[in-house]
Amino acid sequence: MRMRPVTRRGAAGLLVSLFAPAAFAVEEKTAMVSIDNFTFKPARLTVDKGTRVNFVNHDDIPHLVVGSTSPPLFKSEVLDTHDSFARVFDKSGSYPYFCSLHPHMQGVIVVK
Amino acid sequence: MSDTEHDPSRRHALSCMLWAGSAVIWTVSGGIPRGRMLNQAEAATAAGFNFAQISDSHIGFARDPNMDTPGTLQAAIDQVRASPLRPAMILHTGDVSHLSKPSEFDTAEKINASGGLDVHYVPGEHDVLVEEGRGFIERFQKGVKQGAPGGAFYSFDQGGVHFVGLNNVGNLAAGGMGRLGEAQLVWLEKDLKGLAASQPIVVFAHIPLWTVYAEWGWGTEDAVRALTALKRFGSVTVLNGHIHQVMQKVEGHVAFHTARSTAFPQPAPGTAPSAGPMKVEPGRLRAMLGTASVSMVPTGTTLAIIDTPLGA
Ligand SMILES: [Cu+2]
Repeated sequence: MRMRPVTRRGAAGLLVSLFAPAAFAVEEKTAMVSIDNFTFKPARLTVDKGTRVNFVNHDDIPHLVVGSTSPPLFKSEVLDTHDSFARVFDKSGSYPYFCSLHPHMQGVIVVK
Repeated sequence: MSDTEHDPSRRHALSCMLWAGSAVIWTVSGGIPRGRMLNQAEAATAAGFNFAQISDSHIGFARDPNMDTPGTLQAAIDQVRASPLRPAMILHTGDVSHLSKPSEFDTAEKINASGGLDVHYVPGEHDVLVEEGRGFIERFQKGVKQGAPGGAFYSFDQGGVHFVGLNNVGNLAAGGMGRLGEAQLVWLEKDLKGLAASQPIVVFAHIPLWTVYAEWGWGTEDAVRALTALKRFGSVTVLNGHIHQVMQKVEGHVAFHTARSTAFPQPAPGTAPSAGPMKVEPGRLRAMLGTASVSMVPTGTTLAIIDTPLGA
């Protein structure tokens, strides 16, 4: 019951959740990574298994969120100003990621 | 004529560019490109081979400080077209679009075509956001003999100059800067192999091939190998964009130059928390945008680069 990453377009955009049909309403934990001034904040975020992490771009320049492994485990579409990207992290481990437009921007999600 | 005899004048010409505005016109004289400001260009004779450089048009961007990037790109093209140096063609050093959208490519293509000159493109990272840049390559590099399939790098000869268009925005890796990659470096070494050392070379690519500021990713991590392959040539000019401001440096026989954006300025390295669009006072925007022109004068020994702002 893995949820696919979804991209939300702008503040007024529809949040399209692509749950697998078998999944039913379990209270989902959420967390946020904010993109400001070409940095992911917090750069290191620790979450519980199954947490939905939202990445929101507050810059006036587009960014991406891409897993640092090759090939990447996950990859957002390009996030323009106010766009966001969400991914549920349902396995423990450490998930480094970066912005493929500005590769010096890096972060990591640590899943307990 | 010795190099020492000519370097000082070149250095002077290049330093003038630092505060000039938006278009750079490059003059190749005797094989070394020199840049001048537009008003100097106007005073210069139009003898020799001239071409223009525009960069970072970011069509699709519509925020502070520039709500009209098509308008400022058009102004840049009009400036090139009106140049007394009569540039023979235009190099666009990437970030044609802001989000790689077909509609953005459409707008840019139409405006660029209005200059009536051939435009040679290399991609910026904003142009290759979808499908490994296929949309950009199909539209802006059609008819180009790619150095490798889909590689977006190529070379051509014009006006006595060997032009090499490189792609340093593909497959960027976490924590890195711009990157050319093994396949492109091998191709470049092969492309340069048969050329005489006296052959003037102009290399154009989006991200600077020298490290301007590593903290903001303003450099190309594997550029050293490319520059090594260029070392034996007497006149190499490297034209880049990406940093939305004029910067230059001369190292041996290699002159590096970055052009202004036609869309928005970015802060000088380290002077702001990040490299985002720089806000400017109303009415001051066009003084910080511009084009460049390069001239090659057959009897001279240097290429001249002229950076020209779009406005006062
Ligand atoms: Cu970014």
